[in-house]
Amino acid sequence: MPCGRCCSSRDVTHTVQVLLEVGGVLALLAVMARLAGRLSVSPIPLYLAAGLAFGDGGLLPLDISEEFVSTGAELGVILLLLMLGLEYSGRELTGNLKRATPIGVFDLVLNFTPGYVAGLVLGLGVTTSLFLGGVTYISSSGVVAKVLSDLGWTGNRETPVVLSVLVFEDLAMAVILPVLGAIALGGSVTGAAISVVVALGAVGLTLWLSVRHGERLSAAAFSDSDEVNLLTIMGIALLVAGAAEAIHVSAAVGAFLVGIGISGPAAHRAETLLSPLRDLFAAVFFVFFGLSTDPSVLPGVAIPVLVLGAVTMLTKVAVAWFGGARNGISRRGRWRAAALLAARGEFSIIIAALGVTAGGSGRLSAIAAGYVLLTATLGPVAARVVDGWSAPPKPATTTGAAHAGSR
Amino acid sequence: MGHLNETALPGIGQRVEFTTDEGRRVGVVQHHTGRREVFVCSPDDPDRSQLTVRLSEDEAHSLVESLGVLQIDEGQGPRTYEVEGLVFEWLEVEPGSPTVGHSIADLAIRTRTGASVVAVLRESGPVPAPEPEFVLDVGDTLVVAGTTAGVDAVRALLQLT
Repeated sequence: MPCGRCCSSRDVTHTVQVLLEVGGVLALLAVMARLAGRLSVSPIPLYLAAGLAFGDGGLLPLDISEEFVSTGAELGVILLLLMLGLEYSGRELTGNLKRATPIGVFDLVLNFTPGYVAGLVLGLGVTTSLFLGGVTYISSSGVVAKVLSDLGWTGNRETPVVLSVLVFEDLAMAVILPVLGAIALGGSVTGAAISVVVALGAVGLTLWLSVRHGERLSAAAFSDSDEVNLLTIMGIALLVAGAAEAIHVSAAVGAFLVGIGISGPAAHRAETLLSPLRDLFAAVFFVFFGLSTDPSVLPGVAIPVLVLGAVTMLTKVAVAWFGGARNGISRRGRWRAAALLAARGEFSIIIAALGVTAGGSGRLSAIAAGYVLLTATLGPVAARVVDGWSAPPKPATTTGAAHAGSR
Repeated sequence: MGHLNETALPGIGQRVEFTTDEGRRVGVVQHHTGRREVFVCSPDDPDRSQLTVRLSEDEAHSLVESLGVLQIDEGQGPRTYEVEGLVFEWLEVEPGSPTVGHSIADLAIRTRTGASVVAVLRESGPVPAPEPEFVLDVGDTLVVAGTTAGVDAVRALLQLT
């Protein structure tokens, strides 16, 4: 804004350029989101593709607003994890544990291993391979939520099975993220070890507080004014995230813990308040990830990405089969569960971004970008195909009247 | 009432369902956001909902009203049934209530509130249609019928100190 007192004309040009670039990027993302809606696919792969197109070596390099975009991306990660924490209350997380453990452990082993092994085979080194394991492990709860509501699958009998997998992954994230975050930021081995202990202690304490006193604490902190609530929750999340980063536990972990800590009606209100912000900054985060990925590396990793994508979509099928069989779900229901779980998305990118901070090569981000592009596109498409052939043959009219008459 | 199955859907809300005589699974997904989804499954494939109808909170009320059955309000503790504007509520006589030791006639409940005590539940057994001379005691549960305002007035009477 030209104020005439403090801004030189150079600053004004800078402001103009930043506004134009950021505005241009957001307008492009709007087109992408619209296209994703039209095609009924997740917008995440399209955002990533947009980022790749704008990045260094891409079609339309952007450089002026990089700093702005990178701060936005940081906020995006914090909001994504804050809302992941909000999604399930501490009680939902721990209460579901007994039922979800067998399938959850099966899912962890089957889907973490391919990424880890692929990393080792590709020569990424042990640390970076751990991050790649994380990338292939976590299904996209965003894609699942969207497909469930788009296809009207919430009432299906396999849905609780899918949700219990997601809940277990969420809990696993509570352990994996601090460990990976500590590796990324901890520096020395002892430093990393201390960070892991601190982070896991914080996770345990937050879960305990949330289960025992969550609703009361949240109710005390919340007011009737949405404005107050929005500012309170964002303030707390950013403070905790910053403090976490300062003690070498990733900011993402801090935000996640704040999300878990808030529960009850307050959490549902916060979800409604925060989701528009999350949509905006998460989109910026995906673009930024695309921006910082060198597109020229992509062709070189295409074959590993395709193989990894194929293998890990099949391992999710196996998880759906195992869980479905345990809960007496028909074959068609198991295929629907498999299609839901196949997509990886937001959290794979977050883990990859952490991995890049930990000194992972440009190949990690290229593999993760390609991998999410592939699975987040194919997952929803597969769900539609399965929906087509698993749909009941008869139209949705009922023969109830005839029955009632015969009574 | 048929058997209702409840399933928690973490992150979404909860699902309540039952199976009809003709073998259809019918249920409602209650979202945390207040949205409801009514779903109906075909008898051939109980896993998949054949039809899903999304209802806002208002629309859900409309549906309940058009079904013409009791509306059970399990919101805040005390049991309440509401039928076409007539409210039935279960109210407990708590220790310290000024009504303890007084009869229904004494308290002039119907005159003062417009609502009637249609039954009293007591440990020794239920007392349907209590006489005006019936004396209230700690631990009694009054089944009160009236308008919302009338029932609220009885509640206030019970708590007045």
